[in-house]
Amino acid sequence: MNLALPAAAVVPRSSALRWLSDLLYTRRGLLLAALLGPPLLWFGVVYLGSLFALLANSFFTLDEFSGVVDRSRLSLDNFRAMTEPANVDVVLRTVLMAVSVTLACGLIAFPIAYYMARYARGPQKALLYIAVMLPLWSSYLVRLYAWKLLLAKEGAISWVLAEVHMTWLLDALLSTPGIGGNSLSFSRLGTFIVFVYMWLPFMILPIQAAIERIPGSLLEASSDLGARSGTTFWQVIFPLAMPGIAAGSIFTFSLTLGDYIIPQVIGDSTLFIGQVVYRQQGVAGNVPFAAAFSLVPIVVIGVYLWIAKRLGAFDAL
Amino acid sequence: MRSDPSRAGWGLKAATWVGVLFLHIPLALIILYAFSAEDKSYVFPPPALTTQWFAAAWAREDVWAAIGLSFRVALVSTALAMVLGTLAAAGLARTRFFGRDAISLLLILPIALPGIVTGIALRTAYHTAEIPFSFWTIVVGHATFCVVVVYNNAVARLRRTSPSLIEASMDLGADSFQTIRYVILPQLGSALLAGGLLAFALSFDEVIVTTFTAGQQTTLPIWMLQELIRPRQRPVTNVVAVVIIALTFIPILAAYYLTRADEQPGGR
Repeated sequence: MNLALPAAAVVPRSSALRWLSDLLYTRRGLLLAALLGPPLLWFGVVYLGSLFALLANSFFTLDEFSGVVDRSRLSLDNFRAMTEPANVDVVLRTVLMAVSVTLACGLIAFPIAYYMARYARGPQKALLYIAVMLPLWSSYLVRLYAWKLLLAKEGAISWVLAEVHMTWLLDALLSTPGIGGNSLSFSRLGTFIVFVYMWLPFMILPIQAAIERIPGSLLEASSDLGARSGTTFWQVIFPLAMPGIAAGSIFTFSLTLGDYIIPQVIGDSTLFIGQVVYRQQGVAGNVPFAAAFSLVPIVVIGVYLWIAKRLGAFDAL
Repeated sequence: MRSDPSRAGWGLKAATWVGVLFLHIPLALIILYAFSAEDKSYVFPPPALTTQWFAAAWAREDVWAAIGLSFRVALVSTALAMVLGTLAAAGLARTRFFGRDAISLLLILPIALPGIVTGIALRTAYHTAEIPFSFWTIVVGHATFCVVVVYNNAVARLRRTSPSLIEASMDLGADSFQTIRYVILPQLGSALLAGGLLAFALSFDEVIVTTFTAGQQTTLPIWMLQELIRPRQRPVTNVVAVVIIALTFIPILAAYYLTRADEQPGGR
């Protein structure tokens, strides 16, 4: 073996390129800067710049008479307006919806994720994975439209219930104050069902990934030590699936908090945070108030993440 | 790895398959409605089946214009996201330095925060900087949240690729650029393609950020949203919905097959 001979296949290139190559290889900091420079510049200018503009605008006010944003002075008027009972109601309603959607998604997702991770094998596993992933990535509006068809008064759900003589159940649900309404597509219950449907895959996949990472030897050890399957589930599997549940819940919670299209298309006429933001900047032209109000979901998610962290949900991540 | 010899109980199986049905019945229903002869209401079951609405949708200029704009926006956004996402992945995959976590958080943020926050932030920034709405104001928004998809795919592949390959290439006398050209890019190829396909699907479908960053332009999702709020010709909407399903399923399935090994560490 003659290590001193250069490999014949690689012809030394022009010295300038070689010099640059050597420079980047020996100075790792320089290479890193060259790689991360463009993305950091983009995100720094476009994204952080926009978030900063949003924050700055929330301190401006809209002149009621001229409809022009007054940028000459800063005030906390928008934040004061947010404490009005109507706006507080909107925030509470949205947070309650986000919490119930998250709980429902968790309950439906867990068995699917558990089965996918622990029992499904080979082609069945691939099929399940695709079955969960396709709705996750496929068109949000098409799926929403499908629910409009399903929930309509003359739609498929009413038809199925009539066929099995259970229309009374639907009528009872729709006459319940708080969740009911004219038809499923004009009720809080309808909004809830569609939210759960839309974000369910976001809950299944992280839980599945978390359960999949649990080493088999851990489960064998548990059963060797005399634990029955129920004990193993609650003492070993469930705690180790927790980070996945936490990750999924962040998606379902955050997505519900900001969505304004689902409650607009399916639901009664009460407002959610996203709708208030959308209308304030659009119809009312009050960009400063919309900017201030859009900070609410950011703060709520911040609090949610902080609580999740305090509960130790991220320790295993 | 089959550690637990016991089989899944029927309750678990039922819960799983009912859940999967719940996820797919709405999509199947859309396909059925595209063939419905009923044009006034959402009545179920459809009284008769027909293919006439496909022809009606084909003849609609506004649908073609919306598809064309969405296609161009997705193409340019994906190209930008692939460059930025690949660079970021190469920079972050095997390095440890102060601020690294902050950078990866920054890449995820546009998708982790509700779309409405990203949307209104961009709109406020355009407004403040007095930038008029155009094709490019939409592209900038889309490219920003597409970066993370490319980044995730590229990072997963780079972490699976042994660094000794790169060292071997250097030992054999290749310079950095030759190593990138002959060693790193071929390894990354399918992951980048998959990331690009997903970014394309994401951009093609994005509505919330688009409503805030578009002026009068109508992308396909914006067209769909207008139909949802003020329906004009329901059968055409049904057909367009089926076309959208077909157009998004293909890149998603392709991306899945290109990255199967990256995605499922335990599933091989």
